[in-house]
Amino acid sequence: MSGGLRLRFRTGGAHALDIDLDLPRHGISALTGSSGSGKTTCLRVIAGLERIAGAHVAFGDAVWQDGARFVPPHRRALGYVFQEPSLFAHLTVRANLEFGQQRVAPRERLFDLGQVAGLLGIAGLLGRRPDLLSGGERQRVAIARALLASPRLLLMDEPLAALDPARKQEILPYLERLHDALSIPIVYVSHAADEVARLAHHLVLLDGGKVRASGPLTQLVADATLTGMHLHETGVMLDTVLAEHEDDGLSRLDFAGGALRIGRRPEPLGTRMRCRILARDVSLALARPVASTALNLLAARVTAVAAAADAGQVLVFLQAGFVALQALVAARSVREVGIEPGCSVWVQVNVVTVLR
Amino acid sequence: MQDALAVLGCRAAECAADIGAVWLTLKLATVVTVLLMLAATPVAWWLARTRSRLRPAIGAVVALPMVLPPTVLGFYLLVALAPGGPVGRLGAALGLEQLAFSFGGLVLASVLYSFPFAVQPLQNAFEAVGPRPLEVAATLGASPWNSFWSVAVPLARPGFVSAAVLGFAHTVGEFGVILMIGGNIPNKTRVVSILLYDHVEALEYARAHWLAAGMLGFSFLALLTVYAVAPPSFRDRA
Repeated sequence: MSGGLRLRFRTGGAHALDIDLDLPRHGISALTGSSGSGKTTCLRVIAGLERIAGAHVAFGDAVWQDGARFVPPHRRALGYVFQEPSLFAHLTVRANLEFGQQRVAPRERLFDLGQVAGLLGIAGLLGRRPDLLSGGERQRVAIARALLASPRLLLMDEPLAALDPARKQEILPYLERLHDALSIPIVYVSHAADEVARLAHHLVLLDGGKVRASGPLTQLVADATLTGMHLHETGVMLDTVLAEHEDDGLSRLDFAGGALRIGRRPEPLGTRMRCRILARDVSLALARPVASTALNLLAARVTAVAAAADAGQVLVFLQAGFVALQALVAARSVREVGIEPGCSVWVQVNVVTVLR
Repeated sequence: MQDALAVLGCRAAECAADIGAVWLTLKLATVVTVLLMLAATPVAWWLARTRSRLRPAIGAVVALPMVLPPTVLGFYLLVALAPGGPVGRLGAALGLEQLAFSFGGLVLASVLYSFPFAVQPLQNAFEAVGPRPLEVAATLGASPWNSFWSVAVPLARPGFVSAAVLGFAHTVGEFGVILMIGGNIPNKTRVVSILLYDHVEALEYARAHWLAAGMLGFSFLALLTVYAVAPPSFRDRA
């Protein structure tokens, strides 16, 4: 894949690594694998924080490291988000954000501060000191700070791992938005299957210090035994608004692709609610089911089917209005019903979990 | 005026000697502190960050003055600085004034003697900052030199305050090295601690009290400053 990121290096010792990797120039590439598999080392070598003799690192036309040269980290046009936010404790949020921005010539800046602060929901925090922020806020500031350094490549090392599940759910939508709003390629290290399934376009599996598999997510995710991902935890998040309390003990949630009905909620109308729909709680039908007890039926189009013969199941990627959904169903059913990319289906959502 | 001085137990001439010693001590400690910060910062930085195998050896050499009897350090310095010694001959060849029994000699001796007291707080502070903020700065486009000034120094500020105060106070308080290398020349090498010793020798206890109490108060204030900045307000990692 020319023009993307090229990474090649070897290390010795107890956790020997032998990495040879090409990543596409666009989209989010997830590096996943068990701990100690070399994910973080890969990012550090890409950034130049780890200098390994004989390594080869190139991004687009720029060679960052080869036998003859080593471009120091501060001359590589990249952003790095560490697992811990690592904000500069002696600076305000605004000064943290400006730290990288000021070191880029004005005409080479990709974003302005207000735009990025708005995107990450931190505009109201600019005057604060880092020690007065919550964990989720700190990590959003760290992401904004990396972006304002006008990177051509964004590296993220388990940016959500240090956060509790609620904070994680707080940041994930920002990460999704990040990719939609900016055209910077992202290399995202994570061993959390739900993050990977939700964010990644390209998936790299590291195992035993080597690249075990590398390819588009929709192809790779298929082979559950290969990726070791827990598909039963795969799913999507929806941002909804509580639209109506209906007479028969149900509440209606509206979202950009339709509506869902759930058991009556105590919150007032207009409340924003984030819901999770797990892929295993979604089933599919080609025709609209008649006389079904299913409460939630949505019309959708199949965008991809990740076949997984040996696991007996497949992950079907769906588009319902503006919302992407996933369904984990038996491979046989998909074959017999004749579900394939491009066809229209009815999506039956069996469980909707309100996260907040 | 005379009466006021009489209350303090000294005549005008004696008082001038005391004030001269105080002034000399402050001048010495100020010059030494400035030089200490310049010399100790790179050494502390290196000790805090190096992975070299030389680190324990260099660390031990730097810490030596903490355990060495001041007279030992003073003796070697005297030998080195004497007109026939290595440093003395080098100085003479360069046309410099002789260092032994001079203010310059006191400065050199004091910098060496107080060196570990400046290096250790700085080293601790740099170690507490850790490599991560500097890595972050590098990925945000800051060169190593720039990161040092814009990130490491502000984050290690309590260490700088401690190092400066301890270096200053330790220089004010030294006695043995100064006696060995500088002697007891009024307004040139006679600092407060030596004058105090002279007063006691001469049984002039009133004047000794005056100087001793001043030193005690000063030392307390110095340590108070160090302990006040020691729990740094923003060291918890953000």
